[in-house]
Amino acid sequence: MNASKTALPGPNDIHREVLPNGVTVITRSNFNSPSVVISGYFDAGAIFDPDKKLGLADFVTSALMRGTRKRTFDQIYNALESVGASLGFSTGVHKSGFNGRSLAEDLPLLFDLLSEALTEPAFPKVEMERLRAQIMTGLAIRAEDTSEMASLVFDQILFDGHPYSRPEDGHPETVAKITREDLVGFHRGHYGPRGMVIAIVGAVKAEEAVRQVKRALGGWQVKGQKEAPELPGVKLLKRTIKKHHRIVGKSQSDIVIGTNGPKRRDPEFMPALLGNNVLGQFGMMGRIGDVVREKSGLAYYAYSSLSAGVGPGSWEVNAGVNPQNVKRATDLILDELKRFIDEGVTEAELADSKANFVGRLPLSLESNGGMANALLNIERHDLGLDYYQRYAELVNKVSREDVLITARKYIDPEKLAIAVAGP
Amino acid sequence: MKKNLKITTLSNGLKVLLKEIHTAPIISSWLWYRVGSRDEVQGRTGISHWVEHMQFKGTPQFPANMLDKAISREGGAWNAMTYLDWTAYYETMPADRIDLALRLEADRMVNSQFDPNEFASERTVIISEREGNENEPLFLLGEAIQQTAFRVHPYHHEVIGDMVDLLSMTRDDLFDHYRSHYLPNNAVMAVAGDFDTNSMLGRIRELFEPIPAGKEPARLARQEPVQNGEVRLSVEGPGATSYVQVCYRFPSASHPDFFALSVLDSLLAGPSNLNMFSGGISNKTSRLYRALVDKEFAVSVHGGAQATIDPFLYSITMTIHPKRKPDEALRALDREIERIKQEKVTKAEITRAIKQARALFAYGSENITNQAFWLGYSEMFADYNWFESYLDKLSAVTVRDIQRVANEYFKSKSRVVGTYVPMDGKA
Repeated sequence: MNASKTALPGPNDIHREVLPNGVTVITRSNFNSPSVVISGYFDAGAIFDPDKKLGLADFVTSALMRGTRKRTFDQIYNALESVGASLGFSTGVHKSGFNGRSLAEDLPLLFDLLSEALTEPAFPKVEMERLRAQIMTGLAIRAEDTSEMASLVFDQILFDGHPYSRPEDGHPETVAKITREDLVGFHRGHYGPRGMVIAIVGAVKAEEAVRQVKRALGGWQVKGQKEAPELPGVKLLKRTIKKHHRIVGKSQSDIVIGTNGPKRRDPEFMPALLGNNVLGQFGMMGRIGDVVREKSGLAYYAYSSLSAGVGPGSWEVNAGVNPQNVKRATDLILDELKRFIDEGVTEAELADSKANFVGRLPLSLESNGGMANALLNIERHDLGLDYYQRYAELVNKVSREDVLITARKYIDPEKLAIAVAGP
Repeated sequence: MKKNLKITTLSNGLKVLLKEIHTAPIISSWLWYRVGSRDEVQGRTGISHWVEHMQFKGTPQFPANMLDKAISREGGAWNAMTYLDWTAYYETMPADRIDLALRLEADRMVNSQFDPNEFASERTVIISEREGNENEPLFLLGEAIQQTAFRVHPYHHEVIGDMVDLLSMTRDDLFDHYRSHYLPNNAVMAVAGDFDTNSMLGRIRELFEPIPAGKEPARLARQEPVQNGEVRLSVEGPGATSYVQVCYRFPSASHPDFFALSVLDSLLAGPSNLNMFSGGISNKTSRLYRALVDKEFAVSVHGGAQATIDPFLYSITMTIHPKRKPDEALRALDREIERIKQEKVTKAEITRAIKQARALFAYGSENITNQAFWLGYSEMFADYNWFESYLDKLSAVTVRDIQRVANEYFKSKSRVVGTYVPMDGKA
């Protein structure tokens, strides 16, 4: 095979810089395609939403590009779409974020629009009501979606009383209460340069990328940007709790079964991730897929996943089955969870998953978007600029014992959240 | 050799396209078969897709369950897909591991076992896949429209197949379908990435050339008669949201008008993104968005053009505003369609559509899987030159072309209009 660029991103080719106003820029050039991606996050997530107005942070991000002091909604999107570029905002629990892409020649435009949307949104009343109708329709569609509703109910069981139990997009009755003053107030209180991180990847040199950020956001100053409330601890389940959310007229039910998982920075994260790969990912959806799909033919999809962030995570199994097979599939999944904490993983299974993790890394970093995610991941969880160069070592040092201890620490088959949505 | 591209045909008829790209230590290998849901008769609908599933169920050399693990172990990404006109299998691997993918594909071109037990358990997996689809209002609506638009041509059913056929097909039906279509002379191999063309071609010859050619299967293609009158239909189902889908008849992708229609699609609904591994862009300043969403008839509108061998459909899908009736949205849509037929578009709008296409091309070239995808995909309905000359063909489109194709293809009398009627608990 030919000599090629095998280098993983590291301190040698990632440029990181913190601007005086607090914005962190992290960038890596890639001139293989004439395109560029910008991606980032800032401290304005749904965690700040009052219960009565849940969905506020999400409403704000959706409204940022509906008009600024300089341009109307149509002018903003006309500028973007005329050059085949895109820019969008979204909201998570802790952070809100953005993603944009364009041809390299249009990067300055992307930054102009990013800056306007972040620093001087106008929240026009007419646009706000159009948007509200769209959000309400989205929520009506969500209410009919077995997969989304099962996940929503699962989070309510697992994170009862904790901010993680709340859906970021809110509920129809809370979105209905949100006023324009709420949007303006939320923006004023929470938007600012402190805590903002921007990754730029693509056909642009590091110094030019930094220059663009400085030009667009270097002068942004906000006094009194609010601190995030302290995250409460989660109450661990004392017994298994099951809930069935009824949605009539559907031909398939979705099941979510799971429990708490580690935080991203916990030492158990990598053992849990590898163990999860064996449990419900590797090959065609790991052991879960093997039992539920391959051997029993009960589901088109049945897999497990780990969701690990700054707070307590979740470790869950998802499957979509005929409503008559919910019990059978649930029992099979429970048996696999028991086996997982009884026996752990075999040496061969662990070796397979390690090889899988290390081998697929270049693939996940190939596109500009993939690389931007990796850079944000480094920054968000303080992993170090050499994280992806150390990655193979971090993966390979995990032992069977580590996986077993981690599995037993988090998974107790007697204390699970089980959510089903369907007929 | 143009842009490191090599196109050749092996002695057994297997067409091979190789493109060297040395930007990352990755190779993506695709094997395309000229068989899809349009090659299925009544009673066997869904058989191509089910065969695709069975291709993961093992050969003597790579038993079920071993083969997906073998690819994953090497850090590969892989999948398969069945469409109206084709079935494709791909593996994207670290460059030094690609041999496994080549061996696997050569092996399962001829040696898949279709074990009766595996066949039986896959039946319920596919039924479950269909049931998952049936949960979606737009699947139910799309299926009803497709079967209405195509009474004669085999594009009339969904790729997944009809439930009654999924319940009744036998293992031998599937095996026959496999043996008669999985032939080197009915396939295209497309590989892109970090390799040396000569050694890659040598290895492909070594693995694939011993597979004998077979009788080339004739493709089903009963021409759909001309539709002389708009058809309207409705589908009732759960939910609170109405949808309207309007489908016009579009020419095949190899038809010269396809390019003018692609520009028209950009103007009307924002550009359809034909990349499989790269996202598209928003459409909030397209004509239909401005007329339907800004004016609050709909909360979203999308256009979908597809590249097919025979004439298929262009669909416009509207999610209706909660305070509006489907008919109001349809009338607003019709006003826009009428406008584009009557009034000339501007040169600037065409230039804009070309720039959008150029950007989508650039995004698509960020990853090797997508580049390998195009290498073979374009061969399924035209040839690779179709892809390479795409931007030039768009650039040649004139204002007059747009008006002509708008009048020729956006005819009410040859469209199907489907409405999803939500029963909101009343069902």
